[in-house]
Amino acid sequence: MSDHKTMTINLVVWRQKNANDTGKFENYTVKGITEHHSFLEMLDVLNEDLIKAGKQPVAFDHDCREGICGMCSQVINGMPHGGQERTTVCQLHMRKFHDGDTIYIEPWRARAFPIVKDLVVDREALDKIIQAGGYTSCHTGGVPDGNAILIPKPAADEAMDAAECIGCGACVAGCPNGAAMLFTGAKVSQFAVLPQGKAEAKTRVTNMVQAMKDCGFGNCTNHYECMAACPKGINVKFIARMNREYLKAQF
Amino acid sequence: MILDGKCPTGPIQQSWDKHRFDLKLVNPANKRKYNVIVVGTGLAGGAAAASLGELGYNVQAFCYQDSPRRAHSIAAQGGINAAKAYPNDGDSIYRLFYDTIKGGDFRAREADVWRLAQVSNNIIDQCVAQGVPFARDYAGYLDNRSFGGAQVSRTFYARGQTGQQLLLGAYSALSRQIKLGTVKMYARREMLDLVVVDGVARGITVRNLVTGELESYAADAVCLATGGYVNVFYLSTNAMGCSVTAKWAAHKKGAYFANPCYTQIHPTCIPQAGDYQSKLTLMSESLRNDGRCWVPKKKEDCGKHPNDVAEEDRDYYLERKYPSFGNLAPRDIASRAAKEQCDDERGVGPGGRGVYLDFATSIKRVGADTIKERYGNLFEMYEKITDENGYKRPMRMYPAPHYSMGGLWVDYNLMSNIPGLFVLGEANFSVHGANRLGASALMQGLADGYFVIPYTIGGYLAGVKPVGTSTDAAEFKQSKEEVNGNVSKLLGINGKKTVSEFMRELGGLMWENCGMARSNESLNINLQKIPALREEFWNNVKVTGTGAEFNQDLENAGRTADFLEFAELMCRDALHREESCGGHFRTEHQYDDGEAMRDDSNFCYAGAWEFKGINNEPELHKEPLKFENVHLAVRSYK
Repeated sequence: MSDHKTMTINLVVWRQKNANDTGKFENYTVKGITEHHSFLEMLDVLNEDLIKAGKQPVAFDHDCREGICGMCSQVINGMPHGGQERTTVCQLHMRKFHDGDTIYIEPWRARAFPIVKDLVVDREALDKIIQAGGYTSCHTGGVPDGNAILIPKPAADEAMDAAECIGCGACVAGCPNGAAMLFTGAKVSQFAVLPQGKAEAKTRVTNMVQAMKDCGFGNCTNHYECMAACPKGINVKFIARMNREYLKAQF
Repeated sequence: MILDGKCPTGPIQQSWDKHRFDLKLVNPANKRKYNVIVVGTGLAGGAAAASLGELGYNVQAFCYQDSPRRAHSIAAQGGINAAKAYPNDGDSIYRLFYDTIKGGDFRAREADVWRLAQVSNNIIDQCVAQGVPFARDYAGYLDNRSFGGAQVSRTFYARGQTGQQLLLGAYSALSRQIKLGTVKMYARREMLDLVVVDGVARGITVRNLVTGELESYAADAVCLATGGYVNVFYLSTNAMGCSVTAKWAAHKKGAYFANPCYTQIHPTCIPQAGDYQSKLTLMSESLRNDGRCWVPKKKEDCGKHPNDVAEEDRDYYLERKYPSFGNLAPRDIASRAAKEQCDDERGVGPGGRGVYLDFATSIKRVGADTIKERYGNLFEMYEKITDENGYKRPMRMYPAPHYSMGGLWVDYNLMSNIPGLFVLGEANFSVHGANRLGASALMQGLADGYFVIPYTIGGYLAGVKPVGTSTDAAEFKQSKEEVNGNVSKLLGINGKKTVSEFMRELGGLMWENCGMARSNESLNINLQKIPALREEFWNNVKVTGTGAEFNQDLENAGRTADFLEFAELMCRDALHREESCGGHFRTEHQYDDGEAMRDDSNFCYAGAWEFKGINNEPELHKEPLKFENVHLAVRSYK
């Protein structure tokens, strides 16, 4: 409401009807954007224009719009989530752009993430990795009191650092190998530092790494692009920990 | 009709234990013969699907997101309550029970709330076993913080992402069952109809959001855990996909909708910045542990930089009005107080719709580093959205729709009036009465999913023969045809206005006339305008694309169509309830000091509405509320 000046933005957006379509870039112009518009609200404006013109709006995944559900997934100007540190697309604001800018928007691109439509991809492969072992096999009920298991604060904090992952897949999209090592490493590490995770540590890491391979994800060659892309700042040290856990599990 | 919640009788302390013993059991070998559908994979649905799978039932779980891990429970920040009494500050199951009944302004069932308080402790144990990284102290013990409406510290938390961590816990348990084959997961499916055969819930019709195909699924019982409906206000803290659609479909098939007028307006959200805005962002209630709410005492100070307003010219209105609870007054009360200051033209920021939440005193007391450790991610989020630094100048806040206490009516077993249809979590009406206390939503979702439904569904299934998963019954085909007809109708209108234009207009009407304050006059305006808007929608909406593809415009159109019907019921309920209680504030019913005036002699009941057709008056059924363990009293936090 305090906005007196607005921006005109040129967009180059990836359009693809479905998984079988080859897809191509389309050019659009959106007007009347303020610095307070979030990136997705800017796309809402575009879509309203398209609908009114009788054209198909751009499909993109989004839900919570507060940076926690992990649904939003766009490569903006070549960077997953747009390159602002620790920020998802939905939390990116137009004040980071300028009047007259041209912005390229693409979906996550990775072998393991087939495109569903436009900017929407299928990330079921990440669920498959978790299903392979991303849990403690405790049954509901029949567990000890929460304070019966003492967990030193540094361990609890480190587990939390790893557990912050929102499963968006930016690490995969950012990786030149399309690897899910940061995603998998974070989950393996969360349980590796906690006493509750020790009992199944070996089978967990073995099975999760196998699932990662089976889903078509690549391997790590230490580019650290994943960490740069991660909207939650998950550290690559968790990949190192996963590698150590994996080696330990082999003997 | 007088409804019976079928609550156990006798001393409340033994009520749940006795009831659990009285429930019939399904033996392990027979469990695998039964099929259960769970719709929604948030805390309630995710926990239910996992726990029922563990027990040996065949579960089919559905969510509209691309993965069960994304349900909006994930956005809960502050924490989860439990009566562990670890801090030795006088907490107990009874006190949590009492606080929740009082917090709900005496409009919830005693037995349900007791059970919630009792199982709250099991939830913490369960989550710890799952590897949820709750905050710990240096000795390794679980840490607690305080929340509104309580004078003890009973809230467990994982930084500012408690909901995320608890949901990932439930998701991990669910993933384990998916791997084991007890749960079949269907993501990107939206439930559009409930299938009822011979008066019993037998399945659902869903739209495959990727292919657009309509699919039928059958089971021996259907559990809805589809969350709340405050997106009826258009701008809310809910996720964009949260809707009333699944609940409304069940309602139209006969399930009663209870207390739809009980909506929670959360006091600390980032104020709206412009008309283009798509959602509002909540800042955790936990911030009120260290943040102080104030507005300038003088109108002329409202335009000043907050740091230039002298200490003596600030009105710490919550501390002034509610000295014993101060900044930790419950949500309904804190929200109304914020509105009161802004209505008095002492609000700050754009349009004068904002109050300050100031951390300066706490930063002075404990240091910026400690504040950062406690709420760092929230300050970061605030800065991303507003471009302001909360450590250096007070945050601006304004109330926003956040949660719905109302929902589908259920009995003590969480079963609706349709046999075989169970409703869990925010989707039901059961425990929060007219106002929910902070850190209680997570508690209810997990209580229902982990520790209530696994027992009560057995009690139901033990009495029915398994029917398999065949969808041959005529009702399935009929349901598909109805849904398909609706989809074709939406796509065929080809009018001039977009779906979001309608939703914005409806949201505006609801916020203005059925929001934080309601009156006979304002509600009647809505009861005139909503049917007209609905009529216009069905004649002039423009929906692009086809039904046989991934089509978000169509998804939104369907949700909006349902909100346009539901909104009318919500206003009708608010109009009939001639009293103020919790989140329902009727301007005609207040004390001289502006506090809510309840009418226990006429409205001490849950009001459950029966659908009688669109544009027809629904029928009201009442379930009287009895208070045998808590004395009905004027709710005071002074």
